[in-house]
Amino acid sequence: MKRISPEQMTDQVTIDMRGVSRRFGAQLAVDGVDLALRAGECVGLVGHNGAGKSTMIKMMLGLVRPDSGVVRVLGEDPSAGHGVASRRALGYLPENVALHPALTGAETLAFYARLKGRPLSENASLLRRVGIEGAASRRVGTYSKGMRQRLGLAQALLGNPRALLLDEPTSGLDPALRQSFYEIIRALRREGAAILLSSHALAELEGQVDRVVVMNRGRKVADGRVSDLRRLAAMPPRIRFLPDGSGPSDPGAWSRIAGGRLERACGEDDVAAILRGLPQSARDIEILRPSLDDLYAAFQKEAE
Amino acid sequence: MRQILIIVGKEWRDGLRNRWLVATTTLLAVLALTLGFLGSAPTGAVKVSALSVTIVSLSSLTIFLVPLMALLLSYDAIVGEIDRGTMALLLAYPVARWQVVLGKFAGHLAILLFATVIGYGVAGVAVQWTQGGESGAWAAFALLIATSVLLGGVFVAIGYFVSASVGDRGTAGGVAIGVWLFFVLIYDMALLGGLVADQGRNLTAQALNVLLLLNPADVYRLLNLATANDVGVFAGVAGLSAHAGLAPVTLICALLAWIVAPLAAAILLFSRRQV
Repeated sequence: MKRISPEQMTDQVTIDMRGVSRRFGAQLAVDGVDLALRAGECVGLVGHNGAGKSTMIKMMLGLVRPDSGVVRVLGEDPSAGHGVASRRALGYLPENVALHPALTGAETLAFYARLKGRPLSENASLLRRVGIEGAASRRVGTYSKGMRQRLGLAQALLGNPRALLLDEPTSGLDPALRQSFYEIIRALRREGAAILLSSHALAELEGQVDRVVVMNRGRKVADGRVSDLRRLAAMPPRIRFLPDGSGPSDPGAWSRIAGGRLERACGEDDVAAILRGLPQSARDIEILRPSLDDLYAAFQKEAE
Repeated sequence: MRQILIIVGKEWRDGLRNRWLVATTTLLAVLALTLGFLGSAPTGAVKVSALSVTIVSLSSLTIFLVPLMALLLSYDAIVGEIDRGTMALLLAYPVARWQVVLGKFAGHLAILLFATVIGYGVAGVAVQWTQGGESGAWAAFALLIATSVLLGGVFVAIGYFVSASVGDRGTAGGVAIGVWLFFVLIYDMALLGGLVADQGRNLTAQALNVLLLLNPADVYRLLNLATANDVGVFAGVAGLSAHAGLAPVTLICALLAWIVAPLAAAILLFSRRQV
């Protein structure tokens, strides 16, 4: 795991956690975790339920004070004093966001905008951005789960936050909504926000995040780009194809799998050569790379 | 200050939306009007102001009703928001925990203030207008409204204390009802029982004073039933205070202390609490 020297962590590092631990009763929820979140970076925080993801996010918000270690958000300790400056610069979407059912969508957003000291003039465009401008004057109690989640995202986006902390943001969203959700996130990242996405549905983070941090029982077990993690986990790509009837009688390096297909694992550098060596009659050629879920399972096993 | 006002505004709007404001105001107005017109019927014989009689009956009603309303309004305020998850989001904003508690307190107090002033005010005006009487009772009536709001504030603060100290909403509700029973019913019964059993041997007037000040409902009773002479005639039990010799200022300070102490304790507990 790469450590950042103090010289490097100037204003570039938006959120910095070092050696952070937190215990709840007998349970060590977070155990000596280092984590840096830089501007314009989108990091996936993955782990089982109870791996310590939410606790880490709450420590960044100053809602939970670490027992040991240091948390800095824009250079400020978020749990000291009111943590006002750091919280003004953060956007937070809690897991299963709960909002006041008696208020309308527009009133909810206005309430939070006032708390953040933002002009209310931005709100209409925010509601449009998350696609619930049509329901703005309805009470939140009448909203569907997807609409509540959108409104939750809208409040997290108030005031162009420097860092967005999204706890299981897409759980319970339908696929179309999920896509528009990630589009918004990509746009924010282009604008230079640091984004932390916690999730246990890894497959959908693929292609959305620059870096993945894997948590297991409060410890960080992996941290890096998806391709680095693949190498670290020593999970090589596999090539599969369906030979025609007259295919190689001696499969050699290939092993037979269901459906009469052949499969072999190989190094990343050999993929092209092997593909060129396939007979003309080969059909149904596939290159399988371990998905995030496979990687995750490998790291979890390693940690246990 | 700004953050507190934002939360006050939100609580007020919540109160409007969930009909609390309308319900409490209507309830107080209807009961006050009923008591005002039915209860003041016998005034013809004893030649006192109908409003004075209304004050006596209204303050008895208030002792039961306002603490109950205040506790129902407040027991859920902290633990409920934590349970539902709205508190975590709120505290992720640049707002301190004491600001949240004070903002909620001011908002809930505003709801009680509105309900009491309008509910009792309507009844007071109606009684005075239809039945007449000397205007001196107005001061006592104003005192009734002001102290009723204070009494409400006391139990809102106690409700927050309960809400900040227990683990879930169900427990908070149960404890709140227990608090209400204790201060409104059990305490006085126990005190009277004690006085009767003691026959004045050990319980000095001094000790009685302290015991009365230890229950905000009694403080309220003393304030309203004994301070105004005309009203005191009907006060019965609360005539105690004539001997007790507690000045109205002392009583009002006691009520204020009963607001400040639980509120401060609630803020302290909430600050240490895991959200």
